[in-house]
Amino acid sequence: MKAVKATKEARPEKAHIRFRVNGEPVEVAFSPHKTLLEVLREDLGLTGTKHGCELGECGCCAVLVDSRPVLSCLVLGAAMEGHEIATVEGMADGTKLHPLQAAFADLGAAQCGYCTPGMLLTAKALLERVSRPSRDQIKAALSGNICRCTGYIKIYEAVELAAAWMAGEQAEAPKESVYGRQ
Amino acid sequence: MAGNNGKGPSGLRVIGKPFRKVDATAKCTGETKYADDIVFPRMLHAKLFRSSVPHARILSLDTSQAENYPGVKAVLTGKDLPKAYGAMPVSEDEHALAIEKVRMVGEPVAAVAAVDEDVATEALDLIKVEYELLPTITSIQSALEHPEPRVHDHGEFGNIHRRQVYEFGDVEAGFAEADFIREDLTFYEGSTHLALEQHASVAHFSHDGKLTLYTSTQDLHYLHKALVKVLGLPASHIHVIATPNGGGFGGKCDPFQHEMAVSKLAMITGRPVKICLTREEVFYCHRGRHPALMSTKTGFKKDGSITAMHHRTILDGGAYGGLGVASAFYTGTFQTTTYKMPRFKCEAVRVFTNKAPCGPKRGNGTPQPRFAQEVQMDKIAVQLGLDPAKMRKRHLVPPDSTLANWIRVGSMGLGKCIDKVVEGSRWSERFRKLPYGKGIGLACSGYMTGAQTPIYWNNMPHSGVQLKLDRGGGVTVYCGSAEIGQGSDSILAYIVAEVLGIDPFDIRVVTADTDLTPVDLGSYSSRVTLMTGNAAIQAAERAKDLLRQAVAEKLEVPADRLVFDDRRVFDTENPEKSQTFIEAVWLAETKFGTLGTVGSYKPPAGKGKFKGSGIGPSPAFSYTAAVAEVEVNPETGVVVVPRIWVAHDVGQCINPVLVMGQVEGSIYMGLGEALMEEMSYRGNRNVVHKFPSFLEYKSPTTMEMCDIVTYLIEDRDSNGPFGAKEAGQGPQLPVAPAIANAIFDAVGVRIDEVPITPDKVLKAIRDKAKGLEGRYGPTKFTYPSEMPAPIFVPTPFEGGDGKPVERQPVLAHA
Repeated sequence: MKAVKATKEARPEKAHIRFRVNGEPVEVAFSPHKTLLEVLREDLGLTGTKHGCELGECGCCAVLVDSRPVLSCLVLGAAMEGHEIATVEGMADGTKLHPLQAAFADLGAAQCGYCTPGMLLTAKALLERVSRPSRDQIKAALSGNICRCTGYIKIYEAVELAAAWMAGEQAEAPKESVYGRQ
Repeated sequence: MAGNNGKGPSGLRVIGKPFRKVDATAKCTGETKYADDIVFPRMLHAKLFRSSVPHARILSLDTSQAENYPGVKAVLTGKDLPKAYGAMPVSEDEHALAIEKVRMVGEPVAAVAAVDEDVATEALDLIKVEYELLPTITSIQSALEHPEPRVHDHGEFGNIHRRQVYEFGDVEAGFAEADFIREDLTFYEGSTHLALEQHASVAHFSHDGKLTLYTSTQDLHYLHKALVKVLGLPASHIHVIATPNGGGFGGKCDPFQHEMAVSKLAMITGRPVKICLTREEVFYCHRGRHPALMSTKTGFKKDGSITAMHHRTILDGGAYGGLGVASAFYTGTFQTTTYKMPRFKCEAVRVFTNKAPCGPKRGNGTPQPRFAQEVQMDKIAVQLGLDPAKMRKRHLVPPDSTLANWIRVGSMGLGKCIDKVVEGSRWSERFRKLPYGKGIGLACSGYMTGAQTPIYWNNMPHSGVQLKLDRGGGVTVYCGSAEIGQGSDSILAYIVAEVLGIDPFDIRVVTADTDLTPVDLGSYSSRVTLMTGNAAIQAAERAKDLLRQAVAEKLEVPADRLVFDDRRVFDTENPEKSQTFIEAVWLAETKFGTLGTVGSYKPPAGKGKFKGSGIGPSPAFSYTAAVAEVEVNPETGVVVVPRIWVAHDVGQCINPVLVMGQVEGSIYMGLGEALMEEMSYRGNRNVVHKFPSFLEYKSPTTMEMCDIVTYLIEDRDSNGPFGAKEAGQGPQLPVAPAIANAIFDAVGVRIDEVPITPDKVLKAIRDKAKGLEGRYGPTKFTYPSEMPAPIFVPTPFEGGDGKPVERQPVLAHA
């Protein structure tokens, strides 16, 4: 028992870092072994970021670190000092949904919704890099994000629709995506 | 027809339109609260101590060190929760924490609640358990060969959990009429749901003695009943809230150990307690596809018509009963739903093994026999020199018919489905005409829209809906259904909006809460749209009646001339004469008092009158046809599926974009099972799961997923709300056999085993090159030495009345 108690008491001091989350400065203290995923969910209450494996295998927990998609379960929170983090909670502009969010909602690209935050942020990073990605570019960008509900099809279509909107087009989803082929 | 179905689709404002789901925006902004997102002040965290051995007696269990570990608030063992439970009343063989024995690696033995997850995890290391190892039962074969040691005492004998034998019409007489008979063996490997959300629960026990459990469950009503049993609290003091499921697929249907343990920990500590399973633990929960070894013997004539089928299945059930008895039944029910089959015999045997328990995964018990049947249909077409599409279409079950096994089929759009995928895939130009290595294959299926029988016997509704109308013109819909991503919350809003002539956005939906909502049996067996939909129509029609009476009085027009549309109630003959929906609510509340209505739904009684006849019948059957295109690399055996054409008869789309999503998702899951997914255990006696992780349990990513061309066929069924049938499970069924049949078209080998991995394809190709059969699959069908005599039921075609009869000994067949 003594040894055990020692382990407990020997817990290191909390890490104390400053970074920016969704455009706002944040200061937070947490156990230094915590991942960015845990810091976001448990210490900052940003539960929009999901977890499906904690091993970097499913893509659920993807967030943007300095605009690049990162699996937050594989990054220590303590390594985020000075970085800019974007989570799903910060995607909308006030009450106006980001075009990706609107397109995902319209096309049923979020079924259970659990992979959705990671998909949205990974897709956002893609669209910032390639404004009108091909289907193959979308597949490649999202290849680390697993979805078990949709078969990915509605997700591809939603990314394409959002890209068109962001390019200023008055686009609609193809009829075939909504009603099937006639 | 229910709803204003009789009018057909024209004139519908909401039904059939692609409205955004009621929860879509919240899911795209991170607002949706899944179980693990719930946090309470002073909340403790629980962890489960799990068995590291597959089969053993527990000699001693010492939790004293864990109990004394700083930060630990409570430790539970089996004796704290001694009551057995299980998803089905016929096999209540589970305990929250193991008692005396463990039956699989990963079985919970003790539970710890501590101030945080780290402390709880550290405390697990202080639990000491001593096991006396028992020989393990590792497979179907091993269960049949080793009656001892028994995994459970409650099965039929040895390690046989259940045996079921039914014969509808004399199959031997059917075989005697056949021009040809063939018997094919197939094996369908087990696979798991792999929902992205790991199971999580939060329990809170109030100081006045009431328990609230937030949990990711598909079936809150059945869980509620199990909690009553295990915790010993009155049902009225247990409040279960099913949080939105981050994927279900059948994997969150059973009541689970962690739900019992976290509830009890909350009761002991008086503090909220959360548990969230790790991905590895989710693999131990499993309840996925049963590995199934099958023998399918079919008699047929030269035109491809079937004279009789005798289908036998042995299922590897894993360590517990769960819903496995239902899965076993379903391996022998829906074979009759697609092509005319005058006589049908089915046998199923479920065995216990020391592995994670199997249960209901998408299609529950039906993808396996459908694979066997549709691959065999392809072989029959080859044997007869017939086109497999034309052959199937020639012998379809007619609509509105009663089948050999007394299942009633209503609308039946499979013919149209076949036409669509044949046309879309340019079947006639390409089948048997593509270069070596490329091929296309076809398969079809039928699937239920809800089960006729509830899991525990009762005569109450399967689904209930309550409506509250408020003075602001809003309507609140209360229903016990659980949203698992399929859109069940939205379906309620669409249907009520349609009936009351308001916008779906005017409607608030409150679901999945045992304190607030009337019972719905749960999100399983593709029942939700049909059953909650019909209940919602009834509740909404009753509300409409109240409004109509009040408005008729006010406008002084006959009530039957009033129409509800565009948030108004108006006189059809004089549309200027109208009231807004809000005014109508005021008038009705003035006339009748506080407004509220209810609706309920119970499926029509089945026609069979034999033991077990409640499993199989359904209010309506959906139909699917699929053509898969494959590219097989003959050097490596790697199979790539570039595209699948699928046509699904959904009756009526309540929302087409959601139906598309269900169809596409089903194709995806079928592709995974066909090509890569398998629950795989180490071959030695340790029976350890080979890879309980996302990385190594292979599932299709965007890189493996095929293109899909979808056709939605709307052959309305009189039992469906607005004619709707299911879409969430049926479309998966033809995928694996269509791919297997396409591989035969591409390289001329038969892969009679799922998943179709490159090693199997390569072996078959090499065997064929050596002049051997060119087939990969089981060659031996092992079976228990004793099988009971079948329950023999004459078919409707030969004047049966649905009742079983005693057979003359001379007619009895082994």
